[in-house]
Amino acid sequence: MGMTMTQKILAAHAGLESVKAGQLINCKLDIVHGNDVTTPVAINEFNKAGFTKVFDKSKITMIMDHFTPNKDIKSAANSKQCREFASKYDIDYYYDVGEMGIEHALLPEKGIVGAGDCIIGADSHTCTYGALGAFSTGVGSTDMAAGMATGMAWFKVPSAIKFNLTGKLNKYVMGKDVILHIIGMIGVDGALYKSMEFVGDGLKNLSMDDRLSMANMAIEAGAKNGIFAVDDVTIAYMKDRCKRPYTIYEADPDAEYEAVYDIDLSTIKPTVAFPHLPENTRTIDEVGEVKIDQSVIGSCTNGRLEDMAMAAEILKGKHVHKDVRCIIIPATQQIYLDCIKLGYMETFIKAGCAVSTPTCGPCLGGHMGILAAGEKAIATTNRNFVGRMGHPDSEVYLSSPAVAAASAITGKISSPEEVM
Amino acid sequence: MKASGYVHKYGDNVDTDVIIPARYLNSPDAKELAQHCMEDIDKDFVKNVKQGDIIVAAENFGCGSSREHAPISIKASGVSCVIASTFARIFYRNAINVGLPILECKEASQKIEKGDKVEIDFDTGTITNVTKGETYQAEPFPEFIQNIINKGGLLNSIK
Repeated sequence: MGMTMTQKILAAHAGLESVKAGQLINCKLDIVHGNDVTTPVAINEFNKAGFTKVFDKSKITMIMDHFTPNKDIKSAANSKQCREFASKYDIDYYYDVGEMGIEHALLPEKGIVGAGDCIIGADSHTCTYGALGAFSTGVGSTDMAAGMATGMAWFKVPSAIKFNLTGKLNKYVMGKDVILHIIGMIGVDGALYKSMEFVGDGLKNLSMDDRLSMANMAIEAGAKNGIFAVDDVTIAYMKDRCKRPYTIYEADPDAEYEAVYDIDLSTIKPTVAFPHLPENTRTIDEVGEVKIDQSVIGSCTNGRLEDMAMAAEILKGKHVHKDVRCIIIPATQQIYLDCIKLGYMETFIKAGCAVSTPTCGPCLGGHMGILAAGEKAIATTNRNFVGRMGHPDSEVYLSSPAVAAASAITGKISSPEEVM
Repeated sequence: MKASGYVHKYGDNVDTDVIIPARYLNSPDAKELAQHCMEDIDKDFVKNVKQGDIIVAAENFGCGSSREHAPISIKASGVSCVIASTFARIFYRNAINVGLPILECKEASQKIEKGDKVEIDFDTGTITNVTKGETYQAEPFPEFIQNIINKGGLLNSIK
């Protein structure tokens, strides 16, 4: 029996000829990652267990992005603890305020992750790097601590679901709409413990930014990882970035899949996930009248340059509705700079948007745009659970940057075509 | 090892944001986290929970964020075991790694009700519903994972 793409990467990192679904294996890690919320717990566990060295200082990454620039004294203490640990162990890839970006935008941008890697991160959206053809999955802080000490992690080899993509997205339809459509179709546990493998002719029509936002939300279907076949688009992205050699793995022709879905990208419409689960999706024509108080455009799902470009195209020469706060957060310093150079920043500010330095901020209800009881937000983020962006009686609707920008203008959830 | 306590019952897709909201993640302290456990799904949980109590839920318990603060807060609130039909995979790993006992058992998840008194024998995986006079059998852990549990968590197992 052949192996899936994920199984091949896992077998290679376990030093095995082949693996099969359900097998428990130990794998060598290429990157062990954490942020300012999860790393302090990992450091405490690392110290408590009595470890005094890290396995490889060039394979550990720490990014201060959740509650930064620090929102209060306790989060400042957490960042300080990470900073001191990174300094003590001379960690190569420690990113703090001024250099940092949102972790899952920054690591691919800097070329620290690449095709064929085996990566764990103490953040559930670590699955984002599957867009590059890596095996990458979220874990907790104790797994991060063990990974920092030993460079190893155990995994149960996952089975897989294949998504065969064809065709091309229509104007104002983005990768985000595709992944929301898929989660709506299979549910928030539709891929529980499994891989989601994305292949097919349609891949060539999906940019890296589209793929990164799709792989990012694999966890929202319960998946262990999401992974894209590597093609010319991936290779072009990695060419001048990747700091280490990358390896391209392909699924065997006879690899086994638990299910195969064929998706024609040209049939996908702008899609919105209603509260309080990412699976509660409706296409834009079925949304009805939903007035909003806030629009958030950013996050590890949709804070990349193409997301900013789409928001700028829609907001150019227009103004945010008087009852709406529109908050735009470019995900990295490079994206922020590109937004300035390309004139997007002027567009945003003239339209009445607040623009922030990179931070996860409002996505998880940390800071920079918390909702009061009864308020509604449209957001390009990844979760709309109860209380996710603030008060437990507030509501989050998930969408693409195109829909979030259009909605900021009209004051209600709207199709981009309504304002263009 | 055995556990015994009264049941707090929840449904499908209990996510880690409602188990421990992000507004409290600025502290890694277990006792502090326990003061806000389940706050956004059951504001009376902290007031009502007693040492040894058991959480019973349905599908995909612990979905969402990888925050280990979630099983840490449940454990520190005194809960002796979480029983669910299925667990989200990161929560499953985290619970084992931090030593919060969990059991997968669809029948128990369906039949046990809020307030029932339940006893658990972890050696056999037998769940006894004292209130209803029923027993249910949980899925056994693979040997590899049982070994981590026996050694008292992941870090003890690799030291």
